[in-house]
Amino acid sequence: MYPPVLRSAACLLVHTPHLVRHGSKPSRTLPPPPCSPPAAYTAALRDYPAAVGYPPNQVFIGNLPPDALYETPQPWWRHPLEGAQPEGPFGPILPEPLFLGWLKAADPFDLVLLEEQFTASLAPQLAAHPLGGAADAARLGPGVPLATLTARVAAGQALPLMLDERLVGAVLPGHAHDAALAPSVLLENLAAKASAALALRRALAPFAPDAPPLDALTHILSASEEAVGDRYNRGGGNLAKAIGELAGCTNASGCDIKAFCAGPLHALIIAGSLVATGVAESVAVVGGGSLAKLGMKYESHLAKGLPILEDCLGAVAAVVGRDDGHSPRLRLDVVGRHPIGAGSAQQAILEALVVAPLARAGRRLTEVDKYATELQNPEITAPADRADVARQNYRLLAALAARRGEIAPDALDAFVRAHGLPGYAPTQGHIPSAIPFLPWARAAMQAGTLRTAMFLAKGSLFLGRMTTLADGASLLLEAPG
Amino acid sequence: MFAGKRVIALGDRDGIQGPAIAECLQTAGAQIVYMGTECFV
Repeated sequence: MYPPVLRSAACLLVHTPHLVRHGSKPSRTLPPPPCSPPAAYTAALRDYPAAVGYPPNQVFIGNLPPDALYETPQPWWRHPLEGAQPEGPFGPILPEPLFLGWLKAADPFDLVLLEEQFTASLAPQLAAHPLGGAADAARLGPGVPLATLTARVAAGQALPLMLDERLVGAVLPGHAHDAALAPSVLLENLAAKASAALALRRALAPFAPDAPPLDALTHILSASEEAVGDRYNRGGGNLAKAIGELAGCTNASGCDIKAFCAGPLHALIIAGSLVATGVAESVAVVGGGSLAKLGMKYESHLAKGLPILEDCLGAVAAVVGRDDGHSPRLRLDVVGRHPIGAGSAQQAILEALVVAPLARAGRRLTEVDKYATELQNPEITAPADRADVARQNYRLLAALAARRGEIAPDALDAFVRAHGLPGYAPTQGHIPSAIPFLPWARAAMQAGTLRTAMFLAKGSLFLGRMTTLADGASLLLEAPG
Repeated sequence: MFAGKRVIALGDRDGIQGPAIAECLQTAGAQIVYMGTECFV
């Protein structure tokens, strides 16, 4: 047995305001391209400095501790962090033009066309970026004339990529008679692939000194939200391998772990198991951004006078490896699973994911320093009359602790503040489900300020209409020593 | 109030889920014609 540890964790954002219209909700409610969206919609899109200065985004990349949000005046979008930087200890907030370049770099079939002058401007930027390089820039190719793009978009043969009012690119269909290769699907898949590859690079050496370098990694598990396939197998998958190829992990292979939003936690547990058994020395778990969820609640934001806050793709990567003596340990003996027969009541889910695994380790709920659960930014969900999801989940945990006699019934709020976290992650499905706290937990455990953290994620399997069940997974992370 | 009424119970995965709503209303005498739980995040 090789005790597995968390060697690194990266979290990055990509600010993509012009891709919001291709999100699932906006694409169904806005006038279709090439028509322009309504002026009110366009006016509500944030610019890059606003996205960078947004306090929850600064927490996501590691520049602001989560608890600082309790003291930050609300609404947060009206109170940008002074001196906010686009680079944080966990990763960057990347600008959209550069990301369009990475979309092209991620496309091996020339289905993404970028205008030639735009391409020429991108190439040196991509080559010089710490997460880019000459190989990415070479993948851009020469680009195409604007007239080519205009003709393909006007003929309804391609999905336009815009920056402000300028047509800078387009996505072609992968097949004339295959809905699984429609431009919108390919854009979604490429967005997940490119953002995941960037997060993966950020989670490996030299950015993460405790992680292996790119070409030493042997296993990648992708828990991204997409469906990669064709008409004969719409979810064929293994985006993991494509992500590894783009990232430059020439010695790696991998596979996808799919479980709706619980996917990354399942993947983390499997990664730990692969390391523990000696099958792998190190395994990267990656989660790319969800293009479909961009602008999911944009109508509520417009109606309430907010900017469109769902304008960022989120991507995470974590590397699990053998014990190096100073990285947090994955406690594979404190893993929670949600059995099929347990039922979907909140109490049943928490009993399975929290109480049962902790009991096996002889621990009480109050003996875990921090819980990381659904960490959606409440400023995004509140205008849509959705509750503060993070707080709701923590109050359920607190209620369970009270029911078990571990805390007094009037101590719920104190439990939430002591053991919980404010929500701060973008509503990117799997991305806010516990894993944004991985780099925070790792840093705090290495600094000696945190001993244990339990990560629990829930998956809404019922959305796929194959079962009415929900799902969940949990894992305890513990400081070394 | 719910006795004899037909009810559609729509729950929230992170809030009160469909089965919990349905069980309460069934106890109050309602007939559940549809029950579901959705996810809003």
